Amino acid sequence: MSAVVSFLTRRRGGKGWHWTDVVTWVWLVGGLIVMFGPAIWLIASSFKTPAQLAEFPPTILPYVGQQATVEGYDKPLTLYTVKMPDGTSRILAEVRRVGIVSQMVDPDAPGEIVKINIADRTPVREVGLATENYVVPLEQNNFLLYLRNSVFVTFMATIITLLTNSMAAFALSKYRFPGRDAVMLLIVGTLMVPLSVVLVPLYSVVSAVGLYDSLWGIILPTVATPTGVFLLRQYMLTIPDELLDAARMDNASEWQIYWRIVLPLAAPALAVLAIFSVVWRWNDFLWPLVVLSRKELYTLQVGLNTYAGELNVQWHYILAMTVVTMIPVVLVFVFLQRFITSGIAGSGLK
Amino acid sequence: MGQIRLTDIDRAYGKLKILHGISLAIEDGEFVVLVGPSGCGKSTLLRLIAGLDQPTGGTIEIDGKDVTKVSAAQRGLAMVFQSYALYPHMTVRQNLAFGLENQRMAKEEIASRIAEAARMLEIEAYLDRRPGQLSGGQKQRVAIGRAVVRNPTAFLLDEPLSNLDAELRISTRAELAALHERLGTTMIYVTHDQIEAMTLADRIVVMRAGRIEQVGRPLDLYNSPANLFVAGFIGAPRMNLMDVKVTAAEPTSVTVEGPGFVATCPVDGSQLAAGDKATLGVRPHDIAVAADGGVEAKVTLIEALGPETVVHASLPDATKLVAVLAGQDVVASGGSLRLALDRGRMHLFDKDGARVPDAQEAR
Amino acid sequence: MVAPIGKALGAAVAAPVSWLASAVNPPLKAWQRATGTDGMAAFFLAPNMAIFAVFVLTPFVINFFYSATSGNAFFLGDRTFVGTEQYERLFDCASYLDPSTCREDLFWKAVQNTGLFVVLQVALMTVVSIVTALILNREIAARSFWRAVFFFPVLLSPVVVGLIWRWILQRQGLLNYMLYSVGLEPHDWLIERGSAFTAAVTVSVWAHMGFYTLILLAGLQAIPRDLYEAAEMDGTRPARVFWRITLPLLMPSLLVVVILTLIRAVQIFDEVYVLTGGGPGTSTLYLTQYIYEVGFASLLRNPGLAAAASILMGAVLVVLTLIQLQLGRRGEKKGARE
Repeated sequence: MSAVVSFLTRRRGGKGWHWTDVVTWVWLVGGLIVMFGPAIWLIASSFKTPAQLAEFPPTILPYVGQQATVEGYDKPLTLYTVKMPDGTSRILAEVRRVGIVSQMVDPDAPGEIVKINIADRTPVREVGLATENYVVPLEQNNFLLYLRNSVFVTFMATIITLLTNSMAAFALSKYRFPGRDAVMLLIVGTLMVPLSVVLVPLYSVVSAVGLYDSLWGIILPTVATPTGVFLLRQYMLTIPDELLDAARMDNASEWQIYWRIVLPLAAPALAVLAIFSVVWRWNDFLWPLVVLSRKELYTLQVGLNTYAGELNVQWHYILAMTVVTMIPVVLVFVFLQRFITSGIAGSGLK
Repeated sequence: MGQIRLTDIDRAYGKLKILHGISLAIEDGEFVVLVGPSGCGKSTLLRLIAGLDQPTGGTIEIDGKDVTKVSAAQRGLAMVFQSYALYPHMTVRQNLAFGLENQRMAKEEIASRIAEAARMLEIEAYLDRRPGQLSGGQKQRVAIGRAVVRNPTAFLLDEPLSNLDAELRISTRAELAALHERLGTTMIYVTHDQIEAMTLADRIVVMRAGRIEQVGRPLDLYNSPANLFVAGFIGAPRMNLMDVKVTAAEPTSVTVEGPGFVATCPVDGSQLAAGDKATLGVRPHDIAVAADGGVEAKVTLIEALGPETVVHASLPDATKLVAVLAGQDVVASGGSLRLALDRGRMHLFDKDGARVPDAQEAR
Repeated sequence: MVAPIGKALGAAVAAPVSWLASAVNPPLKAWQRATGTDGMAAFFLAPNMAIFAVFVLTPFVINFFYSATSGNAFFLGDRTFVGTEQYERLFDCASYLDPSTCREDLFWKAVQNTGLFVVLQVALMTVVSIVTALILNREIAARSFWRAVFFFPVLLSPVVVGLIWRWILQRQGLLNYMLYSVGLEPHDWLIERGSAFTAAVTVSVWAHMGFYTLILLAGLQAIPRDLYEAAEMDGTRPARVFWRITLPLLMPSLLVVVILTLIRAVQIFDEVYVLTGGGPGTSTLYLTQYIYEVGFASLLRNPGLAAAASILMGAVLVVLTLIQLQLGRRGEKKGARE
């Protein structure tokens, strides 16, 4: 334990605490709380019942109220700890509430009804998860469908992105042909044309080719990513041309060279692009919002936003579905984060 | 069979001409070395033969068939690359099999060819390793093995030894010679190292600036370099080249005057006339200490190699001269000595750098 | 248990894929024989460039036509040509400083908001990222862990970011509870104008700072260590080391960060739209949301006007991108010289 402490508190040159060391650790620990805190708060909240969500002050952990079946009553009754007028406290079950007066019974002796001021009772609770927050929207509110749509869009778009981008990158890095520089310039130029600039005409193009209100209408416009072509081309430029010549001497066709030599060797760059693509397509919001109109085609992001925009905001469901939406990127973060960070540090792309 | 005939090969990249009308006939089973300084076009020429690049003019024939427009894969040649170009994501076995699979060869045949090549090149032990786990010498063997299993019409080797350390280079050189002996297949070998050229070649092709300077057997090139470039390029240490003036010229002998000496060279049909400028070449090994006479030279540096001593000296007009003298402790540095140039082995070049044929060559 | 299943699954996918790849080989070989390497280059480029032409190039070009037509039809043939009317309409203002005097008051409100947002966000983002990068560049234990901590929100979707913070900033949310428990006055953060704007800026910095920190950290790590050692030998004070060594050498990365932040800030939409919906009123209405609403969402939708506004925004982005490319090229040249 002391080894851990001394490791964590290792300081500049082993000298005493400098004020910059204090700033460093305050910033880091503060960062830890600010960066992860909101997500953890979201997750904790997503397991709370609506009643608990409405509580102020909020509790950190989700609780569920204890109930008991009491003789003479059909439904289970909620248990409360009650402060009796004589100063003792007892556990009673609430039968009904009238104004600020609660009518309660002793579960062990259900005959006698006691009237208690509601200020004098607190619910008996224990930590528990309101899993119905997850089950209900998935089963009843289309969210399972949204989830399926999101998975379909992300998977298809990523596969097509990897294939088309890598083919283009191969041509642009390994062939000399007239107009190559012009094509490259065109692709780099696209970086200047973000979605928000071409929203209106892109919508009309997608409608014109019959892809309005379809999942392919979200997939296809996103797959020819200039970033992907650029990233893969830069990587393929590092594959020596002699290797391709060797394959040509070995009777390989150009397609085989692409498929059997260049693609396997570009695997690290492909992996980075695949991770990027999954995160991009999973998180896409504005474009699906424009293209999709039928509810059953919504992706999670659009469905969640629409649901959160309804007049009667049902936070307990929204929070749970936000967690569901967050799960894939959290998995990516936990397992693949270092690929992304090295990818960004290496290429300055996002 | 492995006859290769190049006729008037040109290669230009836009306005930049890399090769100028190269013509060369290579016989079946011959070991031909293309040698020259970097940028002379020797690798480009090899890539044209391989089919990895197309000439802008001229024809390439293999065994009498015009293959100028035929793709690399269909020419039946195999190539060993300078960087070995082994597929890093495949095992050694897969590297050897890749080309054969592309020909849709039967699995058993592939296996037996790999087994045979692996035995011959002694790479059986690491057939299932990846190139990244091999040493430079092992990679080199695999690269050769990949060419051998193809059973090609001819081997093309592009500076295959340049990435090896000095010791390994010498032993691999010997193995390559043995391999050629054993297979009897045509080999075309590109190098910038004239020692490799001398030791391996049946015939050497010396190239410079996109042109062939001379083609010939190694010793012919050494003994009778066609011009100043070949004279300077072949042989180590370099041939001493001295500016001289022709004092007397007859059809069978030419007398020249150099810095501090006068020499008469037996020639055959010289176009030189008295008063012409010329260049006299003497190899360092053809210089000895003179008992009397000879050239007065001041010793500037001595490199004792053991069996022989390399003496750097300067002539009265500061022309530098290198001599290789047998034995040790021949002279002391800073002193002066008299050097005798072997008259029978002098090389005379006219003012354009072309060799003046000597008496022996006429015979 | 998982590994063999994964392996079997991998093989099940790999088999048809590799069959497909070898099935397309013969026709492609024929194509290669017929057209040579230029033909193969064309083949490899074709899918990407076709998609590119349809979904990037075409929209880019016809955007100009949209901006020169009126009506609410999306089919170009159904639209009337009006020349520069849409642009005139956007610029029809008594005073550019007061959006309420403009014909398209929402557009100018959005421009104003976006301008302020860009200034505040870029400033805050740069400062926070530099400080974080400097701290991560110190000799701290478990540096890659801490780097990951600040990177985490970058991966979250804008909708998730928006909803998380809506939940925290609401009247009975966590922030108000924390203020309440230290005796401060709670606020209705997303309902009050000033605080909603501040929230938009802060949340977007929270969501993206990890990305810029990473770029700056890479820049810091590229500074040779021996420079610092030399400075230490010279007895240079730490503050001076920062101003005279770290900052000048970090400048290329810093410029990239500033420009990238600018480019992204101009287009800000997703997380703020989910967080505030542009409200309260129009206090967090930004340009992209204006384009979206005028083009699609509002009852009086006007694609031509939206196109005109998007072209104006595009012009700003092109200028910013060109500056970035110019900086990038200068950086490359510098690299080549070294």
